[in-house]
Amino acid sequence: MNNETRTNYKWVGKRTRRPDGVDKVTGRARYGDDMIVPGMLHAKILRSPHAHAKILSIDTSKAEALTGVKAVITSAAIPDHPLSEPPYPPIINDLHDISRNVMAREKVLYDGHAVAAVAATSEAIARQAVKLIEVDYEVLPHVLDPLVAAGPDAPVLHDHQYTFGVEPEPEKPSNVFRVISGARGDIGKGFAEADVIVEREFTSEPVHQGYIEPLACIATASEDGAIEMWTTTQGHFVIRMLCARLLKMDMAMIRVTASEIGGGFGGKNTVYGEPVAIRLSQMTGRPVRMVMTRSEVFRASGPTMGSHTHIRMGAKKDGTITAAEASVHYQAGAFKGSPIGRAVETFFSSYTIPNIKVDSYDVCVNRPKVAAYRAPGAPMACFAAEGAINELAQRLGMDAIDLRLKNAVSDGDESLMGTKYGRIGLIDVLETLKKHDHYSAPLGPNQGRGVALGYWMHGGGLSSVTCILQDDGTLSVATGNPDIGGSRSSMRAMAAEELGIDIELIKPIVADTGSLPYSHLTAGSRTTYATGMAVVYATREVIDKLCALAAKKWEIAVEDISWEAGQAVPAPSAGDGIKALSLKELAGMATKMGGPIAGHSEINAGGAGAAFSAQMVDVEVDPETGFVSPKRYTVVQDVGRAISPDYVEGQIQGGAVQGIGWALNEEYIYDENARLLNTGFLDYRMPVASDVPMIDAVLVEVPNPNHPYGVRGVGEPPLVPAPAAVTNAVENAVGTTMSALPLSPPKVLQAIEAVAAAGGDD
Amino acid sequence: MKKHLITATVNGDEVDFTCTAEQTLLDVLRGELQMTGTKNGCGTGDCGACTVIYNGRPVNACLVLGVEVAGAEVETVEGMAKGGDMHPLQQKFLDHAALQCGVCTPGILNMAKAFLEKNPDPTETEVRFGLAGNLCRCTGYDKIVRAVLDAAAEMRASGS
Repeated sequence: MNNETRTNYKWVGKRTRRPDGVDKVTGRARYGDDMIVPGMLHAKILRSPHAHAKILSIDTSKAEALTGVKAVITSAAIPDHPLSEPPYPPIINDLHDISRNVMAREKVLYDGHAVAAVAATSEAIARQAVKLIEVDYEVLPHVLDPLVAAGPDAPVLHDHQYTFGVEPEPEKPSNVFRVISGARGDIGKGFAEADVIVEREFTSEPVHQGYIEPLACIATASEDGAIEMWTTTQGHFVIRMLCARLLKMDMAMIRVTASEIGGGFGGKNTVYGEPVAIRLSQMTGRPVRMVMTRSEVFRASGPTMGSHTHIRMGAKKDGTITAAEASVHYQAGAFKGSPIGRAVETFFSSYTIPNIKVDSYDVCVNRPKVAAYRAPGAPMACFAAEGAINELAQRLGMDAIDLRLKNAVSDGDESLMGTKYGRIGLIDVLETLKKHDHYSAPLGPNQGRGVALGYWMHGGGLSSVTCILQDDGTLSVATGNPDIGGSRSSMRAMAAEELGIDIELIKPIVADTGSLPYSHLTAGSRTTYATGMAVVYATREVIDKLCALAAKKWEIAVEDISWEAGQAVPAPSAGDGIKALSLKELAGMATKMGGPIAGHSEINAGGAGAAFSAQMVDVEVDPETGFVSPKRYTVVQDVGRAISPDYVEGQIQGGAVQGIGWALNEEYIYDENARLLNTGFLDYRMPVASDVPMIDAVLVEVPNPNHPYGVRGVGEPPLVPAPAAVTNAVENAVGTTMSALPLSPPKVLQAIEAVAAAGGDD
Repeated sequence: MKKHLITATVNGDEVDFTCTAEQTLLDVLRGELQMTGTKNGCGTGDCGACTVIYNGRPVNACLVLGVEVAGAEVETVEGMAKGGDMHPLQQKFLDHAALQCGVCTPGILNMAKAFLEKNPDPTETEVRFGLAGNLCRCTGYDKIVRAVLDAAAEMRASGS
């Protein structure tokens, strides 16, 4: 019952004020740290000053003796999860690792690693108490670089970790957790057929998601075993699952409510302070508030990984790409689990290359454990692949868009990891970019133009929704997904479209974990797709029940009733004199004629649609300082169907600007002892309003046939090609290749001077 | 630590609170007065999320001490709408979808309000530099800048 190719919608695709908007412009919306619970204590965490050290002993006695301190804990207060326990599910939620990331046990593995925690009657006392905890460390050698860490002489973080996925089985422990490879065709033959071969090394640095709201939660434990948790998260059901498993508690006894979330971008997908706050609350019998400072957010919550890529690509004179090969090392941070599979998936998946080989290495280093960040694993892969393709275009003397068009995948093609493309809009996207007036606009002095193309496969997954019809004809829509970028607006539009009622009669909310079945994270651009699908199914159940009610009232068969524009309409064959009943009339009858009406949907959505984002950017480079200023930015993206165009554009504009930061400024800077130096927004410089131009978001709508309204997912793709596009523009302005992010002024200046020394700008 | 009794005017109301010498205006607003509309993004004056108007000037509330506001006038996001009527900036932020997560929004609204009082007819570039102390990670600033320009035009037209 999909009607994704329709275009005459009343609410879908319209620009309406968001349902959570007024609360957010008046200061009423409540985020993680905006909850005040009577009697609450304030918690603080002691963090390691060392990048790698054995914990020999911890003495908490002085902290415990301080007036106002109610509890002090170390890892001893958190159940151990030994290696023998099978991970559940494998890798991503490995309790052995997560319990040690939440609170270090045998060793500290990065600057900022949690070592102990205090709950006290005020934040000031908690801060003071943390300083009184004495830890005796044996400092060990550290390693930060993924290539060095993967080598034979590097200090090893985990003595139990033997590289998985290589032959023969290794005899020594290694920082390389596993290797994932993908291949098709005959790579040797492919390069033999090539007229031009590009071979490059690319590096990128870890960047933080940079959400403006720090991590914050409040836990309230009761003596009867029940836990109430308020937290800022992209998935409160995941927080509940991890807390229950880590602390060996019953799932139904933990009720987690998601606060409004002040940005996440993947960084709020897992637990940090939550299990610690629960334990402190259990020990004190009081609610415990745990809020990270910005410095703690940088030091101890996951950024995305840095990367090192060696890449080769070959093409014939006519532009046919014949072979592509990449070897990529991703920094997992202190514990395994960087998304190297996504690297293999996304590396060359925009192109029909017959011969491909990709090897990817997941490498542990003495940095905070990486977390997801918008299309995790894809932007770094795209940075290398699109960089190589741009050089191919230049060496072949071909237009950058034409080269991509010549090799673009289309409906029915398959990605390297086996994603079979259904209906996709890649060619539409590239052709739209080529027709855009940006394409032929003149460039000024010291300016350059760059192009790049990004891909994200998208996902569906578990979503649960309840639609409650009130007896006055209004509708409550409860989903289990925190609203991170305007999803309530989209849920409301789809429910209104199905029911045929005004959007203002519908109130979408985010329900707690006790009120709905499991719903997976708001992540991977899955929410409007999967949860939106569940909203559609749940409203259809409401409609079925209303039609059944009308059938009962009219004493005709339900098959003789249809739902049209918000009313139950009898078939002409049902006889004269039966007047259609509106949703409001039926809602008023329901309680007297059977009972309240609600619709439910609990689904595991498959069939998410792959999406492509093509970007063009003009930059101006200051020849004296190397400072790069983006002047014009165009994004063309296949969005399937824009349910709420304002928020689709917002996702694209925000993604592109995050990519500008990634390309030009953002990085983790460590001193020689592997202590993080830039732990604040002053030195970790994200783009501000004066750094960027308007971002022209051009929406191409090729509806996904697997969704009732054609949704594909929107939030991930716009970040994927952005660092590559900006880099390409800088290369074009400076006149040389650039391969190491970020393109900070000293690096760009060095490139300008090298070009000048080599004899000019030809 | 010794607490000081402070009297100030917040959103037109006289308020009394106590605070220690080390507590900031941000601590006072959020903790002592339970006005959580002013957000804490960094606590070091780098993100602008806690921007409030202090004696007519926009400041980061995390960089002003609670004891400093004795006798001062402070305006926060909670006081921006008057009697149920939202400020033109609030209206335009909704119309232009100039927010996503919304956590930077209270600070940006206050900064924009103070900026437009000084420069009621700004260019796009002037708006961008006027808001350069306020980080937004979601929107890429495009819709925020448009909303501020549109609010400025409406405020000029209505003489407000």
